[in-house]
Amino acid sequence: MQVTKSFNFVLGAGLLASGMLMSSLTLAQTAEERGLEISQEAKQRDLGWGDMQAEMLMVLRNKQGEESVREIRIKNLEIDNDGDKSLTVFDKPRDVKGTAFLSFSHPVGADDQWLYLPALKRVKRIASRNKSGPFMGSEFAFEDLSSFEIEKYTYKYLRDEACGLGQCFVVEQYPVDKNSGYTRRVVWLDQAEYRTEKVEFYDRKDSLLKTLTFNGYQQYLGQYWRADLQTMVNHQNGKGTDLEWSGYNFRTGLKDSDFNKNTLKRAR
Amino acid sequence: MAFRQMAVAALAFAPVAVSAEDVFFEVSGKVAGQLQGFTEDAQFAGQDYDTNLSFSIEPEFYWEWNDGEDSIIFEPFFRYDEQDSERTHGDIRELNWLRVGDGWEFRAGLGKVFWGVTEFQHLTDIINQTDGVESFDGEEKLGQPMLNLSLVYDWGIVDAFILPGFRERTFAGQDGRLRSGLVVNTDEAEYESSAEDKHVDLALRWSHSIDVFDLGVYWFRGTNREPLLQTRSIGGKIELVPVYQQIDQLGFDGQATIDSWLWKVETIVRDSKDDRYTAFQGGVEYTFYGISETNTDLGLLLEYGWDERGKDATSAAQNDVFVGTRFTLNDEASTEILLGGGIDADYGSRSFFVEASRRVGEDWKVSLDGRFFSTDKAADPAVALSEDDRIQLTVERYF
Repeated sequence: MQVTKSFNFVLGAGLLASGMLMSSLTLAQTAEERGLEISQEAKQRDLGWGDMQAEMLMVLRNKQGEESVREIRIKNLEIDNDGDKSLTVFDKPRDVKGTAFLSFSHPVGADDQWLYLPALKRVKRIASRNKSGPFMGSEFAFEDLSSFEIEKYTYKYLRDEACGLGQCFVVEQYPVDKNSGYTRRVVWLDQAEYRTEKVEFYDRKDSLLKTLTFNGYQQYLGQYWRADLQTMVNHQNGKGTDLEWSGYNFRTGLKDSDFNKNTLKRAR
Repeated sequence: MAFRQMAVAALAFAPVAVSAEDVFFEVSGKVAGQLQGFTEDAQFAGQDYDTNLSFSIEPEFYWEWNDGEDSIIFEPFFRYDEQDSERTHGDIRELNWLRVGDGWEFRAGLGKVFWGVTEFQHLTDIINQTDGVESFDGEEKLGQPMLNLSLVYDWGIVDAFILPGFRERTFAGQDGRLRSGLVVNTDEAEYESSAEDKHVDLALRWSHSIDVFDLGVYWFRGTNREPLLQTRSIGGKIELVPVYQQIDQLGFDGQATIDSWLWKVETIVRDSKDDRYTAFQGGVEYTFYGISETNTDLGLLLEYGWDERGKDATSAAQNDVFVGTRFTLNDEASTEILLGGGIDADYGSRSFFVEASRRVGEDWKVSLDGRFFSTDKAADPAVALSEDDRIQLTVERYF
């Protein structure tokens, strides 16, 4: 500690002596700043879509390759200066048909979440601490499906690398929330469009847990990119989950008033 | 009869609906078989059996038009019960026309509404009558005739109800188990109101979510869903008769959702011509997520139920402590297990229950329920159930 301090002092004094060296150093970015900048750019390019509706087929695959399918419909509303609002409705399996999930996500702190159980006609506010829990028995955790907000992570740029979408930035993201199931995520973003090609998830022991890949990107409204297929592979249990998206529909006129307990109860 | 007419009308309507281009029509639902096993000999005459088989069907017909602004839902229900003729019964759970506007919705027909937050007793839930032969936990309800206008404001949701017509509670018959020593004769029901079951009830509710709090307050005026059971001599036989009084009821339910904690409160003040009293149900639920590196969540529940009337209370939770533990495996089959129990602090009687369920394949679900009672004191109303420990296997097929 003492040694470092005096070294810094000496270095600092040396830098002060040289004006030119000083200015070139302030221009150079740290890996943290570069990582943040790339992530901000990715977020910036995905702002302004307004609202979105889509259908999702969730295919769960066990180690033996046996599949089971969930059918889900999603409505999303972009909220300025806050996380998105979403309404998720389950069509299959049939025993959960009509079950619906309302979420107001926030960049910092807990999300607000309600679950509607059609058999009882009951709306339950549920605790949102459960970020690392699996969604519908799949290999996706709740936090994997929530909207990306800058404040949810701190960042570190790792390297540039050739990837399926061309040339990619590779950035590490460290979850801020202590309830996250991950120590870090490593994200590949293509340099032309800032689309996510791949995410590696590292568990709390910092071992590689899952890999998520995005395929079949399509552009909507001439600006926003969405993948038709997301494939999650869990390296530790051998299971996988595909999300097959269809019927993407942007700016359908959804409003704040389409996301409340009444709309949750009659969502179907 | 009304049930049959409705079903026929619905089926006649269906082909028309499908052919119309702008009308969306869908049929779904479930059929179920249920086997009940009783571990002890029955206490009362007519209950002399150890197993009981029953079947139920609950289809749902759904029409939607005007881009979803209008919809009709029709959900009839029928159960055949091997032993209890009172449990062999039909009902229209829902037959509702719904009109949706910007910030409002209007409903007319037979509907179902649930109010409340607690798990072991549903104190504030008042709109629908309990289907007392369907399940022991009071969570099965009869469809209620209603006109409901719901308005969404920044400061909360306001629901106004006009409830024309009353549904009588169902009770186990002579041959049913889980009943008291005297049989409830529902044919002889008595009413305080001269309008009897035609009395028009009213309800008004405000509910809102503020930060971590979910709150609801309502006022209800009308026929009490919970009858007083009074003894009458009918045809030389002593039987119980349900007596339905007029009440005014104020209700409040609130939940605070903080980190892994859910804090829950329900309270009512009920005013009838006989008395005015307060009752309370409240407690906490705490969840451990992903216990011991698995996907299993473990929830711990603790609730207390209190009724100002004490031992004179018509509700069983007059001074009762409830504990429970909920395992959610978060697996592909959605396996869930709820273990719970209650202790009556006045009488010392105890009850224990287990509810477990999981999906099998894509369309099947299997549930195992157990209810066990233990009473020592003859004065305890629960003594009537003390020989009715029951294990129940339900197999459901969804379509």
